[in-house]
Amino acid sequence: MSDNLLELDHVTMQFGGVTALDDVTFAIRRSEILGLIGPNGAGKTTCFNVMTGVYTATNGAVLFNGASLAGLKRFQITKRGIARTFQNIRLFPDMTAIENVMVGADVNHRTSVGGALLGLPRHHREEAEGRNTAMELLTFMGIADRAGDAARNLPYGYQRRLEIARALATKPQLLCLDEPAAGFTPAEKIELMDLIRKIRDQGYTVLLIEHDMSLVMGVTDRIVVLDFGRVIATGTPSEVQDNPAVVAAYLGVPDDDA
Amino acid sequence: MRDWLIYRTFWDLTVTGVALGSIYALVALGYTLVYGVLRLINFAHSEIFMIGTFASLITATNVLGLPMLEAGQYPYRTGFQLVLILLACLLGSMVLSGAGAVALERAAYRPLRGSGDQFGAVVLAFVSAFVVGLVFFDTPKSNLIFGIIGTGPIAFLYLNIFRRGRQAPRLAFLISAIGASTAITEAVAIWGPRDREQYQTPRVLEKKTLFKLFGTDIRIDYVIVIIGALLMMTALLLFVNRTRLGRGVRAVAQDVETAKILGVNVDFVILITFLLGGVMAGGAAMMFTLVYDQSKFNIGFLLGVKSFTAAVLGGIGNLKGALLGGLVLGLSENYGSALFGGQWKDVIAFVLLLVVLMFRPTGLLGESLAKARV
Repeated sequence: MSDNLLELDHVTMQFGGVTALDDVTFAIRRSEILGLIGPNGAGKTTCFNVMTGVYTATNGAVLFNGASLAGLKRFQITKRGIARTFQNIRLFPDMTAIENVMVGADVNHRTSVGGALLGLPRHHREEAEGRNTAMELLTFMGIADRAGDAARNLPYGYQRRLEIARALATKPQLLCLDEPAAGFTPAEKIELMDLIRKIRDQGYTVLLIEHDMSLVMGVTDRIVVLDFGRVIATGTPSEVQDNPAVVAAYLGVPDDDA
Repeated sequence: MRDWLIYRTFWDLTVTGVALGSIYALVALGYTLVYGVLRLINFAHSEIFMIGTFASLITATNVLGLPMLEAGQYPYRTGFQLVLILLACLLGSMVLSGAGAVALERAAYRPLRGSGDQFGAVVLAFVSAFVVGLVFFDTPKSNLIFGIIGTGPIAFLYLNIFRRGRQAPRLAFLISAIGASTAITEAVAIWGPRDREQYQTPRVLEKKTLFKLFGTDIRIDYVIVIIGALLMMTALLLFVNRTRLGRGVRAVAQDVETAKILGVNVDFVILITFLLGGVMAGGAAMMFTLVYDQSKFNIGFLLGVKSFTAAVLGGIGNLKGALLGGLVLGLSENYGSALFGGQWKDVIAFVLLLVVLMFRPTGLLGESLAKARV
């Protein structure tokens, strides 16, 4: 098996005349935390959507475990092992926390309608399994105390963590987090960094899209920097930090150079 | 002396009202489920009910061979035999209505959703070619042959029109629903052996008084309807709240895109939703024939409109709302017609809807399939 879980090979994505991604090439290695950063409008979200199969690239190939995801339906992509969370939280607001996670766990279940109606043993076993898995994940994320509450009534921090728990319930190989620290206090960010490391230590590969530099620098193994749809730097956090192109992209080029 | 009349028959009206309301509620569940996941009023649902009544009739006469009259008497059966006949009719109605609802979804709605469904396109192509054939030929055989020949090219055309990712505007679904409804009604009217006449169903169950309650005779058929409806609704609520697919239904109702990303097969969930609605309508249809002993090609229309009213009254998209709406509607119709006379029955139903919507625009219990919890 190749070291790379997901590869982007010269990917270009155009919307009408606008080029959102321009010849992007990078790979996500197994069991690493990869940060994807860039200024606003750099193409992070587009890149994310191409990787998760929401968009099909205009040119180039996206390979997950060496196979293309083109033409698959969204639920099939999830079954292949890609899970994600959203920048703006999208829970099922009227379901309880544990039910939210169970929806994710259901991907791996296969009871039929008939089986459920007849109350076949497999149905009961899978329901119990789903509930256990969900409870373990809630405990892992530290939010098990509110398992029975409707998602809409949970505090903000809980909702963010619940989204991660729900994504983990699909048993993904790649977990994509889209700005998971948005709206967090510095103390909550530190807790989140620990959690992300713990998730990685369990064998998951994590892709982190984030604005917050301290979080990205503190937790990631490698960083890919996008600007205007191009990869302008790749490397470890310290390498990227010192890269003049990155500094220019983030702080702007001084007037006299422009 | 109208007050005296209502006093005398109050409990009688209550029992029949609850029985009628249960039938409305069962059909209303179909409207509410589909609305919950698709935000679509499935106007052809009333025809699924109509198909159910005929399925019950066909099961009783053609499959089980029951006569309409036996030595000048109704073919009453008793005991074990009666139970078996009723169960067979129920099964027939549920299976045919369920299958009808699934076929409706695949032929009339799924192609419009842009899921690139080949089966739906082929079915739709065959129906189109068949209907075109009616213009040119008048024997069923040549219609059929024309339909089969035409299927290929038209299916190819449809697959290009309804290709994946190309979603039709919302109004197209509504028109498709109305079209499917008319097509099914007319098909039954034209191809039924008695054309547009009313059909009688064999009276297998002797409508005896089972017991007395508050001085009113409680007939056995009403008891069967009320208990049957209760069982079916409980089963549905358990299914939606306690199973994987039920969770999928609720997830899709709350947020389709997120559900997809979490690995929910949305097309399959929608199919299951239609199936559940169809099975509920089938059960309601069998119980309807049990009480009224008749069916007609357009029987679904008024009952469908009333059930839809019940769904909106209780809060569309809300399972318990459909139940409450059905009961409220059934009872108020009955009480109202006792007070003002039977000809006011339908007026009362719709005035009630208007009044409720004025004060509670989202219905008695509010919208949302998502919140339908046990």
